[in-house]
Amino acid sequence: MSTKEIIDFRKQVVEEVLELYPEKAKKNRRQHITIKENNECASCAVKSNSKTVPGLMTARGCAYAGAKGVVWGPVRDCTHISHGPVGCGYYSWANRRNLAEGEIGVDNFVPFLFTSDFQESDIIYGGDKKLEKIIHEIVGLFPNTKGVSILSECPVGLIGDDIESVSRRMAEEIKLPVIPVRCEGFRGISQSLGHHIANDAIRDHLIGKGPGREVGPYDVGIIGDYNIGGDAWASKKILEEIGLNVVNIWTGDSTIEMLQNGHLVKLNLIHCYRSMNYMARHMEETYGTPWLEFNFFGPTKIRESILKIAAMFDDSIMEKAKTVIEKYDAEMQKVIDIYRPRLEGKKVMLYVGGLRPRHVVGAYEDLGMEVIGTGYEFAHGEDYDKSMANLKDGTLIYDDVTAIEIEEFVSKLKPDLVGSGIKEKYVFEKMGLPFRQMHSWDYSGPYHGYQGFPIFARDMDMAVNSPTWKAVKAPWTK
Amino acid sequence: METCIKGSKEWLNSMEYRELNFAREKLVINPAKACQPLGALLCALGIEGCLPFVHGSQGCAAYFRSTLSRHFREPVAAVSDSMTEDSAVFGGQSNLIEGLRNAYAVYKPKVISVFTSCMAEVIGDDIKAYLGNAKEQDAIPQDLAVALSNTPSFKGSHITGYDSTLKSLIECLAKPRQEDTINDRLYVVPGFDTYPSNLREYKRLLKAMDAPFTLLPDNSDVLDAPNLGTYELYPPATSIAEMNEALNAKSYLLLQAYSTPTTSKYLTGKGVTVETIPMPIGLSGTDNFIQAIAKFTGQEVPQEITIERGRAVDAMTDCHQYIHGKRFALFGDPDILLGLVSFLLEMGGEPVHIVCTNSTVPFKKAMEKLLAESPYGQGATLYPGKDLWHLRSLLVTEPVDMLIGDGHGKYAARDANIPLIRVGIPIYDRVNLHRYPIVGYSGVINLVTMIVNTFLDELDRTSTDAYFELMR
Repeated sequence: MSTKEIIDFRKQVVEEVLELYPEKAKKNRRQHITIKENNECASCAVKSNSKTVPGLMTARGCAYAGAKGVVWGPVRDCTHISHGPVGCGYYSWANRRNLAEGEIGVDNFVPFLFTSDFQESDIIYGGDKKLEKIIHEIVGLFPNTKGVSILSECPVGLIGDDIESVSRRMAEEIKLPVIPVRCEGFRGISQSLGHHIANDAIRDHLIGKGPGREVGPYDVGIIGDYNIGGDAWASKKILEEIGLNVVNIWTGDSTIEMLQNGHLVKLNLIHCYRSMNYMARHMEETYGTPWLEFNFFGPTKIRESILKIAAMFDDSIMEKAKTVIEKYDAEMQKVIDIYRPRLEGKKVMLYVGGLRPRHVVGAYEDLGMEVIGTGYEFAHGEDYDKSMANLKDGTLIYDDVTAIEIEEFVSKLKPDLVGSGIKEKYVFEKMGLPFRQMHSWDYSGPYHGYQGFPIFARDMDMAVNSPTWKAVKAPWTK
Repeated sequence: METCIKGSKEWLNSMEYRELNFAREKLVINPAKACQPLGALLCALGIEGCLPFVHGSQGCAAYFRSTLSRHFREPVAAVSDSMTEDSAVFGGQSNLIEGLRNAYAVYKPKVISVFTSCMAEVIGDDIKAYLGNAKEQDAIPQDLAVALSNTPSFKGSHITGYDSTLKSLIECLAKPRQEDTINDRLYVVPGFDTYPSNLREYKRLLKAMDAPFTLLPDNSDVLDAPNLGTYELYPPATSIAEMNEALNAKSYLLLQAYSTPTTSKYLTGKGVTVETIPMPIGLSGTDNFIQAIAKFTGQEVPQEITIERGRAVDAMTDCHQYIHGKRFALFGDPDILLGLVSFLLEMGGEPVHIVCTNSTVPFKKAMEKLLAESPYGQGATLYPGKDLWHLRSLLVTEPVDMLIGDGHGKYAARDANIPLIRVGIPIYDRVNLHRYPIVGYSGVINLVTMIVNTFLDELDRTSTDAYFELMR
């Protein structure tokens, strides 16, 4: 099919899917789906960051998920109170693969659920007193905690609790940062506002309030890497090999001090733009710390990013950067030589969160694969604008795609691989379709950096070429 | 030990820390309980053509679906009406109405199970009135069955939500009970059970005993669905026809007392005969179950069941030496704990620490009675309302040989350097355990196998050359 025919076919597919909806929902959803054509302005073509249509099965989460699950949860030497009823904390407990150094319970509190476990009486009488008591108990039981974050759940905001004043009082008393994060799940329309609120909390309570440090000429920070399966460590390795000194990571394997000193670097490198651009901008505006977006998925993008990063420093860094690229390009070529023949021409459809719907496209292309559909759960217009350059004409783009939409798109466009989340995974596997979780790396990883690409390539090959897919049809079924 | 540094691992492992840990009053750390709507969802999935619908924030629905999908490695469908800040001000009516309209149009359910999360509960949404208005506005057909349950997360736990939702589904779908329409069926309620294989085991035994029955709800084909190359939104489950006749049941057999008290009371109030027995884990638990069915059918227990029982007994006697006298810690939901403890006592195993975060007073009494009746239960302590951080202190100060509970126990087990036998939910880090029943006589064999082989694996893994033997 020519590109025009592909575009026409996909347009027709979209129309057919929209027909499933009542008028109002149809009108709404139509604005969130487009097909890339002639490099038009993406943010004009795809509406994003707007309310989810009630009753349609969305993959989206809430502000609490964005603030606790994404931004705050990985900070390892801080205790995070899920403030409210037990559920939110329970469901976000130790299931986002934020690897962290330190001894669990001593100076690493990532795989914990600290909850105020609200009961009816707390709803009626308020939870402020309880919260105060809880903070006392935390510092008594975990004396190495370097701070306490309070992640509020829906009821806290609805009953009018004043967690800010509790935090102020307690911070003075325990001589540690106590950070109220107003991320009740009803705020905003997705995880996205939760990221923003979490960023604001770092701005208001931590940044610039630490012990400070001398900034070395090659000091950099990684912003927006949550160390899923060790991703941040893989990224750090490259930066160190080119001569840079990674002093902060936000927030994978992070510490309170790293958050306090985030601005005390020569350059901040931002991976997940969506979840942390707010702080990158704030540090630039307030402290003059420049920032740069980069992409460490797949050798092509890694190469581009290394050169872009090295250009911000002196020639010695550029020289090392080129050596590093040369060294690893050869290694990565070996990986490509193994996997590309097995994956060449395979089509991929993605539906993920903050950066991956665009950032992983290059890595697939390194393996000869083609991304024919992609979309974000909680992107803003600028994310779609940034995506366009990475996508071919004819790519189907969907924002906050509903379950029925993506099921229909996949069954009509017939990709060879779907990359999305846990809620989508088994739907497609039941259809006999290869699938990889692109939030959790399906419990594999890392996928970042030169360390990650061979694992990424192996995993995609395993998924696409697993002999198990051939077993789906019984020999006697017609 | 008294000189160990505050905050260090040694300190965390000390008696001093245990006392401090048990002195905490408000802070909850690593609780073994989730919130009500998770149970509501598990229940709703067991009704044929039923669409679970969360009235509240969409994040809640995402969390419940992810949790069940991770555990079962299965698709889990649920919609929400995505209430946001403006619903906090104006109430959730417009979300509910639009949500029902869209969900019905797209998913064509036979019944919708609406259950609430915190937000709707705190602002006091009147979902009954909203549903009436939804029908009045023709958002959904007048005759569409919509069950409503209030499942606030700040009351009870996941098992409470299961109970309320089960009651709401029966209330919504069942025709009134009349003396002349009573059927010949035994309605069996499994309770909050995360083993599709348990449900299949119940069905197999009921069939073997020739009992006309309905398993209510039955999510076994939803949460252990075959891969046939197509995705089914509504796999087979308890049929609407059986739901319609639910109040006309000859009688009910409830297999989890603590996750069905509301349903039990409701059914009794409707004049239905209800018998509640302990979850049939272990030999005597299963014997009870078989006898309850035999009482219902009025028939002798078939020989094949006696033979099956004999095989389980054979496994128990063959393996008793590996469990007898071993010390166990357990945590989980009330019903499953009673079952597991009963099984261990039958094997001569000694429960030592029993942690139940979502304990109740009647459960506490039942557990204490069970323990008191056995010589092997004398050294056990039940810790009602405690969490897994309490449990950790218990394990490191009063060691046991094995921990039994869900995957969250792996941290405490690791710190105590003992194996964890994974039973319950969530289990994200082992595969297929939900496919092996822990109830019935086959459950006895499976539990014996898991526990004993784990002890033997440990022995082989830790033996020096001198003690490394082929026979164990």
